[in-house]
Amino acid sequence: MKMNGAEIIIKLLEDEGIKNISGIPGGTNLPIYDALFKSSINHILCRHEQGGAFIAQGMSRSSGKVAVCFATSGPGATNLLTAIADAKLDSIPIICITGQVSYQYIGTDAFQEVDTYGLTIPITKQNFIARSAKELFFIIPEAFRLANEGRPGPVLIDVPKDVQQEIVELNEWPQSLPEIVIENKIDSSMIKWTSQQINKAKRPILYIGGGVLNGNASEEIRRLAKKNNIPVVTTLMGLGCFSCDDPLYLSMLGMHGTRYTNLILHEADLLLAFGVRFDDRATGNVVKFCPEAKIIHVDIDEAEINKLKNVDYSITGDIKAVLNGLLPLVEENNREGWISLVEKTKAEHPFIVPEVSDILHPINIIKFVSTLVAGDSIVTTDVGQHQMWTAQVYPFRSPRTLLTSGGLGTMGFGLPAAIGAALENPEKQVICFTGDGSILMNIQELATLADLNLNVKIIILNNKHLGLVRQQQELFYGGRYIASKFVTNPDFAAISRGFGIPAYDLSKEIDLIETLKNAIAQAGPVLIDIPVREMENVYPMVKPGAPITEMIGGDVYDK
Amino acid sequence: MFMTNKKYFVIELLVNNHAGVMSHINGLFARRAFNLEGILCGKIGDGSTSKMYLLVDNDDFLVQIVKQLNKLYDILEVTVHQEFDISVFNNFEELLKIKVD
Repeated sequence: MKMNGAEIIIKLLEDEGIKNISGIPGGTNLPIYDALFKSSINHILCRHEQGGAFIAQGMSRSSGKVAVCFATSGPGATNLLTAIADAKLDSIPIICITGQVSYQYIGTDAFQEVDTYGLTIPITKQNFIARSAKELFFIIPEAFRLANEGRPGPVLIDVPKDVQQEIVELNEWPQSLPEIVIENKIDSSMIKWTSQQINKAKRPILYIGGGVLNGNASEEIRRLAKKNNIPVVTTLMGLGCFSCDDPLYLSMLGMHGTRYTNLILHEADLLLAFGVRFDDRATGNVVKFCPEAKIIHVDIDEAEINKLKNVDYSITGDIKAVLNGLLPLVEENNREGWISLVEKTKAEHPFIVPEVSDILHPINIIKFVSTLVAGDSIVTTDVGQHQMWTAQVYPFRSPRTLLTSGGLGTMGFGLPAAIGAALENPEKQVICFTGDGSILMNIQELATLADLNLNVKIIILNNKHLGLVRQQQELFYGGRYIASKFVTNPDFAAISRGFGIPAYDLSKEIDLIETLKNAIAQAGPVLIDIPVREMENVYPMVKPGAPITEMIGGDVYDK
Repeated sequence: MFMTNKKYFVIELLVNNHAGVMSHINGLFARRAFNLEGILCGKIGDGSTSKMYLLVDNDDFLVQIVKQLNKLYDILEVTVHQEFDISVFNNFEELLKIKVD
């Protein structure tokens, strides 16, 4: 049989089980699109490549599987960069396949030529240039393996147009490479030592993050915590890995963490850091983080061990395997003393919520929305104040129910990620909490959403500012506000209707609660613009660089 | 002048020999703010692999550098040496002074 490179790519993607691909065609990837014409793979035409890569992220983050997006060379490729960097920092397995000018023109400054390979070196887990159509039989399965294996991450494959068009004569379709099974052999003496430390500890805390999510280990975390009565704090990426309803749950730590969470961490004598990377937003001043605690760090990526915080003991490996090793060795313990100290701290330093009558306080809106949707609904956020409020108060009970840009903090993430999540989970409700600043950074994807008519509810918490920037200017720059207030404010409801998506502007409604209820209950996409107080702050807040025990605001005494 | 060096280490790498490997390694040092004092590189055997020798400061970053290098796809082996002849890195200009009679 005769096949060209583009047909080989599509066939290999079909073999990998890919059902949806987002992207935009252009001059150098037209052969790939031509091959897609005959394929069963569904293509989602996004309106900007960054949106396309975030749609792929939404598919991947909500399912845990590898997702794929396409872009053409030059601007198509450069438009992907932000979303690729975002996937790298949050360890999300996506594969970007870019068109490139024909091999003979590489390096000649040809039309729409850019060094995609060079540009993506620092932001991918690995990248490839396909130099011949035959090489694709190796590169594509290898990209899937790499994206998912160990610590997941983005992979980019740059395919020159002539490679897409190159005809290959095949006697038979090459057998797929045998799957390399990585053994999760973890030294049993290390597991034993760790279990002894847990059994011996007086005040242990589990500090869990995105590694637990990627390692599908939330059930094992629950069992360990319950058996030995270990309180659990999560990072932003770890939200949902431990149910907020559990009495052992201690909320999110860090810069906008709960007051009692940050204070209890200070008391720990053993910190079980599982699938975390001691990010500055989580630990504050890392030198002063958990000063009393012996730290045991478990992560699949050896480079994370002792990167920012020197730990007492570490295990490099699969978290689920480590936990399964630990579970039988860890003793049952009711930890009365420690749990009562935790409860006391919780009671003395609770998370301060606004009065229920303050309907338009972002916290009350987020909590109210959570009561209107099913428990398995997926929440995406953009970046800023609304993101932190969502992290603080939305009741996350299971993994992959919160999709948020944690490491890179990319405004513009929320809407396309919601589209990807809805594609992958057609039976679920998807809510996108966003801000008036963030939504504009990928608002063109409303057109994609209208095309697909997906069940996505976009809720804009509109404070007419770059809220978190304004808050920092208020708290740390003497109230000298510059470039944080928008001069004009677009009519988001009118914009949404212009894209063909029903919308509500709550500033024009009389019965806010009823309108919000009806909007959420409506089938298909809806945008809801909600005016909130312009000067509202997210509390508590730790000043960048300060220890997390030094929090500003959100204290009972502030009331 | 083979001796134990206190100020520097040499990291010996066995790498796949294709365009782009050098970029991955240089890029790693640049973006993680690691100092790189010297590089020697050349292909070995049938040319499918190369050897690289990186001269790096003996500082707190060494362990992290080695871990990050180990993660690079095209790096096959990483070995750290403290016993080496540093003069090789100090006399590069001699390369163009060699006269052929």
